[in-house]
Amino acid sequence: MPLLEVAHLVKRFARRGGIFHRGTAVTAVDDVSFAIEEGETFGLVGESGSGKTTTGRCVLRLIEPTSGSVRFRGEDVLAFSSRRMREARRQMQIVFQDPYSSLNPRMKARQIVEEPLIIHRLGARAARRARVAELFQLVGLDPASLERYPDQFSGGQRQRIGLARALALNPSLLILDEPVSALDVSVQAQVINLLMDLQQQLKLTYLFIAHDLRLVRHVCGRVAVMYRGRIVEMAPAEILFAAPQHPYTRALLSAIPAVDPDAPRARTMLDPALVKPEAALREIAAGHWAAI
Amino acid sequence: MTASKCRDSKLGAGTLLAVEHLTTVFDTPHGAVPAVNDVSFDIRTGETLGLVGESGSGKSVTALSIMRLVQPPGRIAAGRIMFNGRDLLALGEPEMRGVRGAEIALIFQEPMTALNPVFTIGDQLGETLRVHHRATRHDVRAKSIALLEAVRIPNAASRIDDYPHQLSGGMRQRVLIAMALSCQPLLVIADEPTTALDATIQAQILDLLRDMKATFDLALLLITHDLGVVAETADRVAVMYAGRIVEEGPVRAIFRNPKHPYTQGLLASMPGGIPGQRLQAIEGSVPQLGALPPGCAFNPRCPNRFDPCVIEPPPDYVVGADQRAKCYLHATASHPEPAADAAVCSPIHPASEGA
Repeated sequence: MPLLEVAHLVKRFARRGGIFHRGTAVTAVDDVSFAIEEGETFGLVGESGSGKTTTGRCVLRLIEPTSGSVRFRGEDVLAFSSRRMREARRQMQIVFQDPYSSLNPRMKARQIVEEPLIIHRLGARAARRARVAELFQLVGLDPASLERYPDQFSGGQRQRIGLARALALNPSLLILDEPVSALDVSVQAQVINLLMDLQQQLKLTYLFIAHDLRLVRHVCGRVAVMYRGRIVEMAPAEILFAAPQHPYTRALLSAIPAVDPDAPRARTMLDPALVKPEAALREIAAGHWAAI
Repeated sequence: MTASKCRDSKLGAGTLLAVEHLTTVFDTPHGAVPAVNDVSFDIRTGETLGLVGESGSGKSVTALSIMRLVQPPGRIAAGRIMFNGRDLLALGEPEMRGVRGAEIALIFQEPMTALNPVFTIGDQLGETLRVHHRATRHDVRAKSIALLEAVRIPNAASRIDDYPHQLSGGMRQRVLIAMALSCQPLLVIADEPTTALDATIQAQILDLLRDMKATFDLALLLITHDLGVVAETADRVAVMYAGRIVEEGPVRAIFRNPKHPYTQGLLASMPGGIPGQRLQAIEGSVPQLGALPPGCAFNPRCPNRFDPCVIEPPPDYVVGADQRAKCYLHATASHPEPAADAAVCSPIHPASEGA
């Protein structure tokens, strides 16, 4: 049984009408289905507005999906009561992109990491403190900095605080929404290494949402490519990068600038006429799905 | 500071822009903090120089300094900016206004905020042409359409009456490129021109910039944090760290044979190689400009640090053909006994004081 199974997920946002026009609906996520096995790193890539972030948030019900199903260890998450959902969130946590805006500037690092333990009423004060110190060590933060405020940390350290908070409740699934794209280039590799180490150590499963394809290729086992709210291709990373089948995937992969001045530049432009919006995702080879 | 006096103005053939010992500081309650610290580089006509650095490295402040658009509390504290035979820092403001836009154009990162939302793109393009007397009332529209066609905006004749919000991010960036090219500048400074764009659009804009450079014989100063963008677009590369250019050289030399540990570390830390393997991270974090370590600003993170690194910032050393690096590792390689400061710098530019 997959750890997470998303089926026919749809999210429509109502766009409010103004004086001159009626309200319309925007379909941000359009019939998205995928499954993630325990211990896997599953990549969700796409450009801004493709629906990848909305998909991640629907899984946690930070945004309520319009329809579809989300199963976690076989249980229908969307049918959970709010109390049962809170319980379920111990198992599923999210790390946000921007470590500058996602940490409360008026809380000390210790309080930020301790907060989920308090909300879920886990442990007495002393036990919580010990757990926070342990989490600090786990993510490579100096326990001497426990009493500092977020603005006294660098971007990379702040992302470690966000990670420590997400790990506080011992989750099995982490949704990583662009976890390093707001960080300095020279710091990104540190955080990626930490994520890979933690995954091994704690047997974590990652839903890795990113637009940096070089990074996705490096860390993900399987990858799904989103385009205009739909998954247009899904395959093991090495197959997707070696033999992309959907015209959008081809254009996207050919757009990655090579970190090599002598690399051949063969750009494939996306011809919108080649994208069949009605095409269903079908299995074209074992484990390789494409909407062509 | 040892090397600061050594670099002479070598306005060799084809050198369009020579930035010499540029220092731009920001005045704070704790004193003047140098955001750009003794920076020197040249750009030749028709050449693309990629200026790479992380946030806070001083690359954008370098661009603003060249345009003389640094706002208080920032100010240019020292240096010369020789452009096409004149020192821009010595020009009066009215003369400088004639240089901006007409001779040096700037393309900003964020195409949404750089355009005025209440005027059509035709209005804004036309204004640039009119202000710099590149068009009259009668031919301004035709010239604007021609420019939009040059940057490959489809249906230019009708898109000219669109407002910025009616265009996609990529199209808006094309409009900004058209505005930058409208007065046939000699130098275009593009500050993270593709950072706000999606990957497929970024590729198109980079292709366009490359084509425009060739068509109009421009020099391009391309500022970016993305090594891939530099590898694809630049002829030469200057790497900035904490306000200084730590390494500079031809693009192939920088990518194939980097000499500064920071450049080496950046390239090694890029994802690639065997999937799932640990990346070679640079430890530590980018220092705050107000609290730089003594000596080389990179020394706390440097795997090769040794005694001199913590005492004084290193000067430039010649490390290859047209390649220089600010790193003591290369002191012995290029200069058997760098006894005096003058000797250290002389191989780059024959010793001359008071540049």
